Amino acid sequence: MKNRIIKWIDQRFPLTSFVKHDLTGYPTPRNLSYWWNFGFLAGFVLMLQVATGIFLAMHYKADVTLSFDSIQHIMRDVNYGWLLRFMHATGASAFFLVIYIHMARTLYYGSYRAPRELMWWTGQGLLLMLMATAFMGYLLPWGQMSFWGATVITNLFRATPFIGEQVVTWLRGDYAVGDATLTRFFALHYLLPFLIIGGVVVHLVALHTVKSSNPSGIDLAAKDNIPFHPYFTIKDLYGLGIFLIVYCIFVFFLPNSLIEPANNIPANPMQTPTHIVPEWYFLPFYAILRSVPNLVGGVVAMGLSVMVFSFMPYLDRSHIPGGAHYRPWYRVTFYLFVADMLVLGYVGYTPPTNQSIVMGQVATFFYFILFMLLPFISKAEERWLIRRGLPPDVEAMIAGEAKEKSKLPQRRRRGDIT
Amino acid sequence: MAESDTLDDSNRRNFLIKVTSVVGGAGAAAACLPFVASMNPSSDVLAKATTEVDLSAIPEEGVHTVAWQGKPVFIFHRTQEEIKAMEASDGGFDPEPDQKRVKRPEWLVVVGICTHLGCVPNKEGPGWTCHCHGSQYDDSGRVTRGPAPKNLAVPPYRFIAADKIIIGEA
Repeated sequence: MKNRIIKWIDQRFPLTSFVKHDLTGYPTPRNLSYWWNFGFLAGFVLMLQVATGIFLAMHYKADVTLSFDSIQHIMRDVNYGWLLRFMHATGASAFFLVIYIHMARTLYYGSYRAPRELMWWTGQGLLLMLMATAFMGYLLPWGQMSFWGATVITNLFRATPFIGEQVVTWLRGDYAVGDATLTRFFALHYLLPFLIIGGVVVHLVALHTVKSSNPSGIDLAAKDNIPFHPYFTIKDLYGLGIFLIVYCIFVFFLPNSLIEPANNIPANPMQTPTHIVPEWYFLPFYAILRSVPNLVGGVVAMGLSVMVFSFMPYLDRSHIPGGAHYRPWYRVTFYLFVADMLVLGYVGYTPPTNQSIVMGQVATFFYFILFMLLPFISKAEERWLIRRGLPPDVEAMIAGEAKEKSKLPQRRRRGDIT
Repeated sequence: MAESDTLDDSNRRNFLIKVTSVVGGAGAAAACLPFVASMNPSSDVLAKATTEVDLSAIPEEGVHTVAWQGKPVFIFHRTQEEIKAMEASDGGFDPEPDQKRVKRPEWLVVVGICTHLGCVPNKEGPGWTCHCHGSQYDDSGRVTRGPAPKNLAVPPYRFIAADKIIIGEA
């Protein structure tokens, strides 16, 4: 019976071949480490955010007079409303943490290099949509931080040439952030996750065309690939277990550690809180914005600091296979970049003082210089490595994979593989 | 037991897979509970479960409509003649003695929702008429003309003082 139903479907929809091609039989490099778990985790957090978000929307009211109270209603009156809200708020942080690790892995192992540029660029698009969604969702509780965060970010568009003021008013639908802004942010906050899901589908189709990268950075021949199921389904699920433990510690024991206390005060358009900080995941970019002593310059620098990742496939000019593991100079660059991000995050968190402003400006300068020097560093490193030679085991591995691949057409003719 | 023996033991492997699937499935099902529960009435809605009504302000022949759990409840102060007329009959389609429908004969308390498709009937002459589909009820809230299948429901209520009732608690 089951077979007959599947056969009926297969004549109309490629179910079996899809499952075989993209799940059970999907060839995956056998040497993937746990750093390759984070794409799956990002997908899981996306689903979690959509689920908790839809259920929160059943109780939330997007109206300046009601929204703050409707959050209190969710926290106190709705059955498990506190759980849904803490899951959603913690989920936002978890999403960025997972995505940043996912990006750091891509940078470290050079996974953005050919033929995976489109994966990197669709990922960049997904990051932008994620940032927009998080920012708009942050306005919805209508607390002090919500209001002033939205005020500051919408004001960034004043940097638009000639029609800056009009653009800001258009975005807000009002002269200041108000009811019109809240309602449209709610509508878009509900829309964007579905666009993200669409983007994820594109990201995955691209992935299944070029296949996963792997820690060696060398394209593996067929013999070094194993089916996704059960090897990586179980590995992803194990990683999910670890993730859920950390996530649940925050949801159940430290839910307020990620929520600014000032956001428990209803929005007051007449008074800005003394110490205003964005959520932790925006801190480095916020620090870059603050470091440039000019409105337009700051906005451009901040936009560039996010978009500069797109240029990585061109900035990295080395042809040495493998990620930072086989490339000592690139490895140093990578760690300097991570350290610089942490410094920027710290600067973004502290109130501006003479000292922290200088620190922020140095770190901002360093941030862009690292990207600008990368083409020269990678090219010089390539020459140096060619002269000096790669470690013998890597050379052996590259030769082995190449030999395996040269046998491929022959084996395909013999019918060993399909 | 050597490691290779453990790996080759397919019974052991199948057992582990089954146990893991059951525990994981139970966990996923448990995680769905808060989502389902969040759609049940919240505690501020539950707080509206009972309504107290002061009857002293309702004159004879007067009908007061009060909201109980978001539904209209008719409280009708009946005259002696109406009580006699109602006690004499058993209603129409859904026979029920009047004594069973009241706690004190001068006070009729019924949920003002037509048992056909949920409209609110109007007090017209003796009894009520539902204008949606023409059902009629007598002064005991019993259906005397269709299409309504049942008498107007009597909500749980009790007298907490001589002229005060609480609706929602029997």
